[in-house]
This record gives sequence, structure tokens and C-alpha cells, in this order.
Amino acid sequence: MTQTQINKLIYVVRAVLSWAVALFLFFPLGWLVLTAFKTELQAISVPPLLFFKPTMENFIIVEARSDYLLYAQNSLVTSVASTVLGLALAFPAAYSMAFFRTKRTKDILMWMLSTKMMPAVGALVPVYVMAQTSGLLDTTTGLIIVFTLSNLPIMVWMLYSNFKEIPGEILEASRMDGASLWQEFRLVLLPLTMGGLASTGLLCLVLSWNEAFWSLNLSAAKAGTLAALIASYSSPEGLFWAKLSAASFMAVAPIVVFGWFSQKQLVQGLTFGAVK
Amino acid sequence: MSYLQLNRIEKSFGAQRVIKGVDLSINKGEFVVFVGPSGCGKSTLLRLIAGLENVDTGSIHLDGREITDLPSSKRDLAMVFQSYALYPHMSVYENMSFALKLAKADPAVIKEKVERAAQILNLTQYLQRTPKELSGGQRQRVAIGRAIVRAPKVFLFDEPLSNLDAALRGQTRIEIAKLHRDLDATTIYVTHDQVEAMTLADRVVVLREGVIEQVGTPLELYDRPANQFVAQFIGTPQMNVVSVAKLPALETIAALKAPAGGYVGLRPESVKLVHEGDGQIRAKVDLVEALGAETLIYVTTEQGVPLVARQTERCHLDVGAGVGIDVDAEVAHVFDAQGRVVSASQAA
Repeated sequence: MTQTQINKLIYVVRAVLSWAVALFLFFPLGWLVLTAFKTELQAISVPPLLFFKPTMENFIIVEARSDYLLYAQNSLVTSVASTVLGLALAFPAAYSMAFFRTKRTKDILMWMLSTKMMPAVGALVPVYVMAQTSGLLDTTTGLIIVFTLSNLPIMVWMLYSNFKEIPGEILEASRMDGASLWQEFRLVLLPLTMGGLASTGLLCLVLSWNEAFWSLNLSAAKAGTLAALIASYSSPEGLFWAKLSAASFMAVAPIVVFGWFSQKQLVQGLTFGAVK
Repeated sequence: MSYLQLNRIEKSFGAQRVIKGVDLSINKGEFVVFVGPSGCGKSTLLRLIAGLENVDTGSIHLDGREITDLPSSKRDLAMVFQSYALYPHMSVYENMSFALKLAKADPAVIKEKVERAAQILNLTQYLQRTPKELSGGQRQRVAIGRAIVRAPKVFLFDEPLSNLDAALRGQTRIEIAKLHRDLDATTIYVTHDQVEAMTLADRVVVLREGVIEQVGTPLELYDRPANQFVAQFIGTPQMNVVSVAKLPALETIAALKAPAGGYVGLRPESVKLVHEGDGQIRAKVDLVEALGAETLIYVTTEQGVPLVARQTERCHLDVGAGVGIDVDAEVAHVFDAQGRVVSASQAA
């Protein structure tokens, strides 16, 4: 074999392997989408059906039985509100840590990150009791607070590394030019960090939308998010694969579409500072 | 009373005292240069005046008003940063008009002032560009333009030329000097480059380790340095400073009254090379640097003391050749063991 042939072979092997891995990873999600359009009988048939006459019946049943729109609205409200609130808190925190460093800044950043290393279930009891005594169980307000707090470390870190890319002298120059703190934020810092702010917000939105642990434990029929909706279909009544798939499909579809359109921003934000 | 007055300014970063009780008066329209080796506190002192750092103790008065605790935005000062610090998301026009816009000036006035500054700085054709699209020298001029548009009480320059190449640096230096003359603006300029200090300043402030070593006109510092540090910091090549103990011949020259353990300082141009056998000191040539307009000759005396001589005549000595050295006692500087000047020379 010549060198060219060897190279070509390596190329083919690589391509086949990559496709195999990609398909393997995508398969469960693809199967979920297919199942959502089957009848319950088709869903559990052996051998599994790949070709069938699709039906919308599962979606209609899910909507009729469990008020999909209410859950979707809860998901939307909690994720948007926690993102906005989170940005409002993380922005000044990251600003102060990036531009007014002290000896303890690094420690505080590490401490904030370390809170994400603890399993959430470790804090379940205290958080549950606090939510209960303050009357925030099964309310969107309660979920918004918990989502915001759990995403805050990531947001501060992302904004911090974003701000670090901006030379402090530019902000000093604006102060010398007579800018108040608010003008410095609005006219200089904000336009310069728009990209980082957008990707931080997007990531937070996705994380809040997908959050399942807290919404399952702190909410029920009134404030439940789409994660809770999905979970409700694997209930003591037994598993209804087609309906469970339809509910899952309806829960993930909006955020997948959203992620698809914002992927450029997301990738840019996550690799900020990593590649120059 | 002076225009800008610093009283007993102190500043520490953690346990490190960076500025140790600085007093300074600057007159209106004066061009003052802070110079010193890196880490001497010159940039910190400028940032204290700018309000970008807070003083620990002491006070700052500007034009009869105390500004010690005022934020930068209220001090009516303009600063040109080493990195230029232009707003990358704004055009040159927007960069230059930013301060006036914040001050809610009339748009027609803003336009007129920006255009006038652009004209002075040769930036008219670049007004719509962003900083990214400009060369280093042009960015530098925008940074200066941003300052002059405001007509502030004092201009602050923080090593503004250090990012430019040598040719551009020389050219911009001349432009800054011209600009100062035309605008008659009070200016404080920080640099570690003594040539910039000597050429631009009305008065030079030499700093070392947070303390002012000497304040004076460039030629005062050159001709009558207050101590060995200033003597050796100002002037290229450095002043020859020789321990009298090492070169006893100096003691017998004229009436030098060097105290015990003292030093004698000789500018390279006052070390005169004569024929071997003549002069008070014998030496050998180590190196000859012919720079065209002047020639530097590095020699070592028979006592092993290195000296450098500067002359305007061309030199035809070979390395290793023996020479005599004649010292003009009239222009020699004498320092005591602590490096303080004992008797200043009267060179003109």
C-alpha cells in the first residue's frame, strides 16, 4: 500500500468511527422522538418498530391530562426570572472581583466554585425546611430563588473571566472622563462585555430550564416545571412509554431549538479566554 | 499659592510603603516630569493625583480647592494612559467627544472642539474609524486628543511613549512639547526615560523609593545634582563616580575637599584624554565607541578604576593604548560617604 492509500484508509476508519460514536450518543434521543409518535402498543412491540404510521394522539392526551401549557409557563418564568436575577447579582460581583482585586479574591472565587462540588441532595433537607417555613414550597418564587442561587457561582465565574479580558485602564479612562459608576457600566463596560453577558445568560437559561432535582423536590402541581411534568409520567400507574416520550419531547424541544440558534454565542462564551 | 499642591502624601500597598511623605508644588502652565527607576512610585504618585488611588494621609489641592477625597470624575483632570485605553467600541470621534458628552455640552460645541483637536493632531481623516483600525502612533494621538478636547486643569501623562518605536517616540516627544507650548496647559508627565525628562520638562522631579530626591530644571539637575543618585540617574553615559580612596590622585587635583570615605563625580565630558605621560592620571583604553557626533572612550586607570570620557573630536586610539587623563577640577562634583553633595560644580 502506498502512503496515499494508507492515509485514505485512516481517513475512512476515522469517519466511520466518528459516525458510530455520534449515532450511538444520539440514538436514545432519536428513539425518544420516534416513540413519541407511536401508539402505546407500537411503543412496546417486539421487535421494535422503525417504520410506522405516526400519530399525534400522545400529545393530545398529555396536554389534556396534565396542562402542558401551565408547566411550560412555569419553566419559562422560572428560567427567565432566575437568569435575569442571576445576572443582576453576578455582574456587580464579577466587576468588583475583576477590577478591584484584593488578597482574598481568588479564595472567594474558589469557595464559590466549591459550592458547586457539593451534591445538591446534601442541602435538600435544610433548603426544603426553609422553603416550607417561608411558605415558598410549590411556588415559582421559591424555584426562582433556588435556581438563581445554584447558578450564581457559574455566572460569576463566567462574567469574571470575561471582565478579566478588559484592560482596567479603559474603565479608569472613563472615570477620568467624568463618568459616574452608572455611566461607566452602561456606556463602557456593558457594550464591551455584551458577548460574555449574552452567553452567560444563555447558559443559565438552559441550566434553569433543564433543572430537575430542585423542581421535583420543591414543586408539585402549581409551580411544577416541565421536568416535573416528565417525571409525573413514570408514576405508580405504570409506565406509558409513548406518552412519557411525548411529554419529554415537548419539554426538551423548546430549549433544543433555542440552543441551536444560540450555539455560536454559547460556544464563544464557554471558551472565552481559552483560545485567543 | 501654587496651582497644584501636594502635602505630605503617603501611600502604602499592604505592608509596602510606596510613597513616603511627598511635598510638591506645581505652578500653573508648568510642564513637570516625574522620573525615576521602575518601582520608585512615580506612576503611583500620578494615580494619586488622578484619584485612581486613594491617599493614606496628606492632602492635594488644585486651583485653591481641596481634591484629596474627590472621585476622579470630579477632579477636572485628563489622563493619557500608557496603553492609550481608548474605548474600543467607539469611533475616534466618539472617543474624543465622550467626556464632553458626559458633561452634557452642546453638540455644536462638541463638534467644533473635536474637529479642532483632530486638526491639531492630524486626525481629521480618521474620525470615523475605530481604534482597531489605527496604527500605534495614531492611537497615541487619539488618546492625547481625548485629553485636550476637554481643556482640563491639568494633563497627566503616564509613560505615553513607551509603546512606540524609537523613531516615532522622538517625533511624538517633539509634538507633545509643541502642544504644551501652544496650549500652555499644566502638565505632569511620568517617564523612566531621562531624555524625555530632560527635553520636555520645565522642572524635573526625581523620585527614588517613594521619596523625592531632587526637584529642579533639567540643567540644574545635570549641573548641580543634590546627591550621587541624581548625579548618576541624569546624563548618558552615567557620571563617573569614584571613591577617593581608590583614586588618591583626585585628592591632589586642585582643591577638592572630599571628606573621608567620600566620592568624586566627573561627567564624561570633563574627563579629558591627553597624551600618555601627561595629565594627573595614567590609564589604558578598553573600548572606543564612535557615535559620529561624539566619541565615548572607556578606560581603566592604573589603579583599576573604570572611567568613561566623552569628546566631540574623533579619536584614533587603539584598544590597549596608554593615555593620560586630565581632570577639570572646576566641574567635578564631590559627595560625602552617604552620597550627599558636598560642593556642587559651577559648570554652565
